[in-house]
Amino acid sequence: MASSIRVRAVESGGVTSLKALVRHPMDSGFVKDSAGNVIPANFIKALTVSHKGKDVFVAHWGPAVSKDPFLEFRFKGAQKGDEVTISWIDNTGESDSTTATIA
Amino acid sequence: MTDQRRRGFLKGMLGAGVAGFALGSGIMSLRVQAAATPDASDWPKKAFNTPGVDETIAELYEMEATESDQITMDLPTIAQNGAVVPVSVETTLPNVTSIALLVDRNPNALAAYFDIPQGTLPFVSNRLKMAETTDVVAVVISDGKAYKATQNVKVTVGGCGG
Repeated sequence: MASSIRVRAVESGGVTSLKALVRHPMDSGFVKDSAGNVIPANFIKALTVSHKGKDVFVAHWGPAVSKDPFLEFRFKGAQKGDEVTISWIDNTGESDSTTATIA
Repeated sequence: MTDQRRRGFLKGMLGAGVAGFALGSGIMSLRVQAAATPDASDWPKKAFNTPGVDETIAELYEMEATESDQITMDLPTIAQNGAVVPVSVETTLPNVTSIALLVDRNPNALAAYFDIPQGTLPFVSNRLKMAETTDVVAVVISDGKAYKATQNVKVTVGGCGG
Protein backbone atom coordinates (compact mmCIF):
# COMPACT_ATOMS: atom_id res chain seq x y z
CA MET A 1 0.00 0.00 0.00
CA ALA A 2 1.21 3.43 -0.79
CA SER A 3 2.27 5.47 2.20
CA SER A 4 -0.30 7.82 3.73
CA ILE A 5 2.41 10.47 4.05
CA ARG A 6 3.76 12.71 1.33
CA VAL A 7 6.84 14.70 2.26
CA ARG A 8 8.93 17.34 0.62
CA ALA A 9 12.02 18.55 2.45
CA VAL A 10 14.29 21.15 0.88
CA GLU A 11 17.52 22.49 2.37
CA SER A 12 18.59 26.03 1.57
CA GLY A 13 21.13 28.17 3.42
CA GLY A 14 21.33 25.80 6.38
CA VAL A 15 17.58 25.76 6.95
CA THR A 16 15.49 22.79 5.94
CA SER A 17 11.88 23.47 5.08
CA LEU A 18 9.67 20.44 5.44
CA LYS A 19 6.14 20.10 4.11
CA ALA A 20 4.09 17.03 4.85
CA LEU A 21 0.64 15.96 3.71
CA VAL A 22 -0.98 13.02 5.47
CA ARG A 23 -3.99 11.17 4.09
CA HIS A 24 -6.33 10.75 7.06
CA PRO A 25 -10.08 11.38 7.61
CA MET A 26 -9.56 13.35 10.89
CA ASP A 27 -13.17 12.67 11.98
CA SER A 28 -13.97 14.80 15.00
CA GLY A 29 -16.74 12.68 16.50
CA PHE A 30 -19.14 15.67 16.24
CA VAL A 31 -20.33 14.98 12.69
CA LYS A 32 -23.30 12.79 11.74
CA ASP A 33 -23.63 10.86 8.50
CA SER A 34 -26.66 11.11 6.17
CA ALA A 35 -28.51 8.48 8.23
CA GLY A 36 -28.04 10.54 11.40
CA ASN A 37 -25.47 8.25 12.97
CA VAL A 38 -22.48 9.91 14.62
CA ILE A 39 -19.28 9.20 12.74
CA PRO A 40 -16.88 8.05 15.46
CA ALA A 41 -13.83 10.17 16.18
CA ASN A 42 -10.81 9.11 14.18
CA PHE A 43 -7.92 11.56 14.20
CA ILE A 44 -4.15 11.66 14.40
CA LYS A 45 -2.97 12.37 17.93
CA ALA A 46 0.75 12.70 17.43
CA LEU A 47 3.09 13.20 14.52
CA THR A 48 6.86 13.26 14.92
CA VAL A 49 9.61 14.21 12.52
CA SER A 50 13.07 12.92 13.34
CA HIS A 51 16.46 13.57 11.81
CA LYS A 52 19.45 11.40 12.76
CA GLY A 53 17.53 9.86 15.63
CA LYS A 54 16.55 13.21 17.16
CA ASP A 55 13.03 14.60 17.10
CA VAL A 56 13.09 17.92 15.27
CA PHE A 57 9.34 18.48 15.47
CA VAL A 58 6.44 16.95 17.37
CA ALA A 59 2.84 17.85 16.54
CA HIS A 60 0.09 17.05 19.05
CA TRP A 61 -3.16 17.18 17.15
CA GLY A 62 -6.79 17.24 18.16
CA PRO A 63 -9.90 16.62 16.06
CA ALA A 64 -9.98 20.29 14.93
CA VAL A 65 -7.13 19.71 12.50
CA SER A 66 -8.45 19.51 8.95
CA LYS A 67 -8.97 16.31 6.99
CA ASP A 68 -5.83 15.19 5.17
CA PRO A 69 -3.65 17.37 7.43
CA PHE A 70 -0.96 19.58 6.02
CA LEU A 71 2.03 20.68 8.04
CA GLU A 72 4.99 22.90 7.36
CA PHE A 73 7.94 23.79 9.58
CA ARG A 74 11.64 24.65 9.32
CA PHE A 75 14.69 23.37 11.16
CA LYS A 76 18.45 23.83 11.12
CA GLY A 77 21.31 21.35 11.15
CA ALA A 78 20.44 19.03 8.28
CA GLN A 79 22.19 18.72 4.94
CA LYS A 80 21.07 17.76 1.46
CA GLY A 81 20.89 13.98 1.20
CA ASP A 82 20.09 13.47 4.90
CA GLU A 83 17.08 11.38 5.73
CA VAL A 84 14.09 12.48 7.81
CA THR A 85 11.50 10.11 9.22
CA ILE A 86 7.88 11.16 9.67
CA SER A 87 5.56 9.01 11.77
CA TRP A 88 2.04 9.37 13.09
CA ILE A 89 -0.35 7.53 15.37
CA ASP A 90 -4.10 8.09 15.63
CA ASN A 91 -6.66 7.57 18.40
CA THR A 92 -7.51 4.08 17.16
CA GLY A 93 -3.88 2.97 17.42
CA GLU A 94 -3.36 3.03 13.67
CA SER A 95 0.04 4.37 12.64
CA ASP A 96 2.25 4.96 9.64
CA SER A 97 5.79 6.05 8.98
CA THR A 98 7.84 7.14 6.01
CA THR A 99 11.36 8.28 5.29
CA ALA A 100 12.27 11.08 2.91
CA THR A 101 15.56 12.44 1.61
CA ILE A 102 16.28 16.14 1.94
CA ALA A 103 16.74 17.80 -1.45
CA MET B 1 -2.86 18.69 43.89
CA THR B 2 -2.89 18.91 40.13
CA ASP B 3 0.81 19.52 40.05
CA GLN B 4 1.63 16.52 42.18
CA ARG B 5 -0.60 14.30 40.13
CA ARG B 6 1.11 15.58 37.04
CA ARG B 7 4.56 14.79 38.46
CA GLY B 8 3.43 11.32 39.39
CA PHE B 9 2.03 10.86 35.95
CA LEU B 10 5.27 12.00 34.35
CA LYS B 11 7.28 9.61 36.50
CA GLY B 12 4.97 6.82 35.56
CA MET B 13 5.43 7.73 31.93
CA LEU B 14 9.19 7.62 32.29
CA GLY B 15 8.98 4.18 33.85
CA ALA B 16 6.67 2.97 31.14
CA GLY B 17 9.02 4.37 28.54
CA VAL B 18 12.02 2.50 29.94
CA ALA B 19 10.05 -0.72 30.23
CA GLY B 20 8.76 -0.23 26.71
CA PHE B 21 12.27 0.25 25.45
CA ALA B 22 13.55 -2.88 27.15
CA LEU B 23 10.65 -4.82 25.74
CA GLY B 24 10.93 -3.16 22.38
CA SER B 25 14.61 -3.91 21.91
CA GLY B 26 13.85 -7.63 22.06
CA ILE B 27 11.39 -7.57 19.21
CA MET B 28 12.98 -4.70 17.34
CA SER B 29 14.32 -6.95 14.61
CA LEU B 30 10.82 -8.21 13.90
CA ARG B 31 9.14 -4.82 13.71
CA VAL B 32 11.56 -2.15 12.56
CA GLN B 33 8.68 0.08 11.44
CA ALA B 34 7.00 -0.01 14.83
CA ALA B 35 10.08 1.43 16.52
CA ALA B 36 9.38 4.78 14.90
CA THR B 37 5.75 4.98 16.04
CA PRO B 38 5.22 8.12 18.11
CA ASP B 39 3.97 7.83 21.65
CA ALA B 40 0.44 9.19 21.97
CA SER B 41 -0.09 8.05 25.55
CA ASP B 42 0.90 11.48 26.87
CA TRP B 43 -1.78 13.14 24.71
CA PRO B 44 -3.33 15.72 27.05
CA LYS B 45 -6.95 14.60 26.89
CA LYS B 46 -8.17 17.27 29.29
CA ALA B 47 -6.51 20.17 27.45
CA PHE B 48 -8.03 18.93 24.18
CA ASN B 49 -11.48 18.74 25.82
CA THR B 50 -11.66 22.22 27.34
CA PRO B 51 -13.80 24.97 25.84
CA GLY B 52 -12.53 28.55 26.03
CA VAL B 53 -9.10 29.96 25.19
CA ASP B 54 -7.87 31.08 28.61
CA GLU B 55 -9.07 27.89 30.32
CA THR B 56 -7.28 25.80 27.72
CA ILE B 57 -4.00 27.72 28.02
CA ALA B 58 -4.17 27.28 31.80
CA GLU B 59 -4.83 23.56 31.41
CA LEU B 60 -2.12 22.95 28.82
CA TYR B 61 0.69 25.18 30.08
CA GLU B 62 -0.43 25.90 33.67
CA MET B 63 0.06 29.63 33.18
CA GLU B 64 -1.55 32.71 31.72
CA ALA B 65 -0.47 34.15 28.38
CA THR B 66 0.28 37.84 27.84
CA GLU B 67 -0.36 39.61 24.53
CA SER B 68 2.70 39.96 22.31
CA ASP B 69 3.23 41.88 19.06
CA GLN B 70 6.21 39.68 18.25
CA ILE B 71 3.95 36.86 17.09
CA THR B 72 2.94 37.00 13.43
CA MET B 73 -0.14 35.09 12.35
CA ASP B 74 -0.94 34.45 8.72
CA LEU B 75 -4.49 33.34 8.04
CA PRO B 76 -7.40 34.52 5.89
CA THR B 77 -9.73 37.16 7.34
CA ILE B 78 -12.63 35.51 5.52
CA ALA B 79 -12.69 31.73 5.15
CA GLN B 80 -15.11 30.38 2.56
CA ASN B 81 -14.78 26.88 3.94
CA GLY B 82 -14.42 26.41 7.68
CA ALA B 83 -13.27 22.83 7.19
CA VAL B 84 -9.90 23.91 5.82
CA VAL B 85 -8.45 27.17 7.11
CA PRO B 86 -4.69 27.54 6.67
CA VAL B 87 -3.03 29.05 9.74
CA SER B 88 0.65 30.01 9.96
CA VAL B 89 2.43 31.30 13.03
CA GLU B 90 5.88 32.81 13.22
CA THR B 91 7.58 34.64 16.05
CA THR B 92 10.74 36.62 16.78
CA LEU B 93 10.54 35.70 20.48
CA PRO B 94 13.70 33.86 21.69
CA ASN B 95 14.06 30.28 22.98
CA VAL B 96 10.69 29.03 21.81
CA THR B 97 9.85 25.55 23.07
CA SER B 98 6.20 25.21 22.13
CA ILE B 99 3.54 26.73 19.87
CA ALA B 100 -0.20 26.12 20.25
CA LEU B 101 -3.15 26.96 18.00
CA LEU B 102 -6.54 27.59 19.59
CA VAL B 103 -9.92 28.25 17.99
CA ASP B 104 -12.11 30.19 20.40
CA ARG B 105 -15.59 29.22 19.20
CA ASN B 106 -14.93 25.55 18.48
CA PRO B 107 -16.51 23.01 20.89
CA ASN B 108 -13.02 22.53 22.31
CA ALA B 109 -10.57 25.37 21.85
CA LEU B 110 -7.27 23.52 21.44
CA ALA B 111 -6.68 22.48 17.84
CA ALA B 112 -3.01 21.57 17.94
CA TYR B 113 0.24 22.24 19.73
CA PHE B 114 3.78 21.64 18.65
CA ASP B 115 7.06 20.87 20.42
CA ILE B 116 9.82 23.08 19.05
CA PRO B 117 13.20 21.52 19.98
CA GLN B 118 16.41 23.54 19.82
CA GLY B 119 17.43 23.99 16.17
CA THR B 120 13.87 24.12 14.90
CA LEU B 121 12.68 27.56 13.88
CA PRO B 122 9.66 29.06 15.69
CA PHE B 123 7.40 28.73 12.66
CA VAL B 124 4.55 26.39 11.89
CA SER B 125 1.86 26.11 9.26
CA ASN B 126 -1.19 23.89 9.69
CA ARG B 127 -4.78 23.66 8.45
CA LEU B 128 -7.63 23.80 10.95
CA LYS B 129 -11.39 23.33 11.11
CA MET B 130 -13.57 26.13 12.42
CA ALA B 131 -17.22 25.76 13.33
CA GLU B 132 -18.14 29.44 12.94
CA THR B 133 -16.73 32.96 12.77
CA THR B 134 -14.16 33.00 15.55
CA ASP B 135 -10.98 34.33 17.05
CA VAL B 136 -7.92 32.19 16.41
CA VAL B 137 -5.27 32.41 19.12
CA ALA B 138 -1.61 31.48 18.76
CA VAL B 139 0.26 30.75 21.98
CA VAL B 140 4.06 30.75 22.07
CA ILE B 141 6.16 29.57 24.99
CA SER B 142 9.35 31.65 25.02
CA ASP B 143 11.91 31.52 27.85
CA GLY B 144 9.35 29.57 29.86
CA LYS B 145 6.69 32.28 29.60
CA ALA B 146 3.48 32.21 27.59
CA TYR B 147 2.65 34.82 24.96
CA LYS B 148 -0.33 35.00 22.65
CA ALA B 149 -1.68 36.75 19.57
CA THR B 150 -5.24 36.79 18.29
CA GLN B 151 -6.81 37.17 14.87
CA ASN B 152 -10.45 36.96 13.83
CA VAL B 153 -11.68 34.81 10.95
CA LYS B 154 -15.09 35.17 9.35
CA VAL B 155 -16.30 31.69 8.45
CA THR B 156 -19.04 31.53 5.85
CA VAL B 157 -19.56 27.74 5.90
CA GLY B 158 -18.78 25.94 9.16
CA GLY B 159 -16.40 23.01 9.20
CA CYS B 160 -17.93 20.95 11.97
CA GLY B 161 -21.53 20.54 10.81
CA GLY B 162 -22.96 17.63 8.92
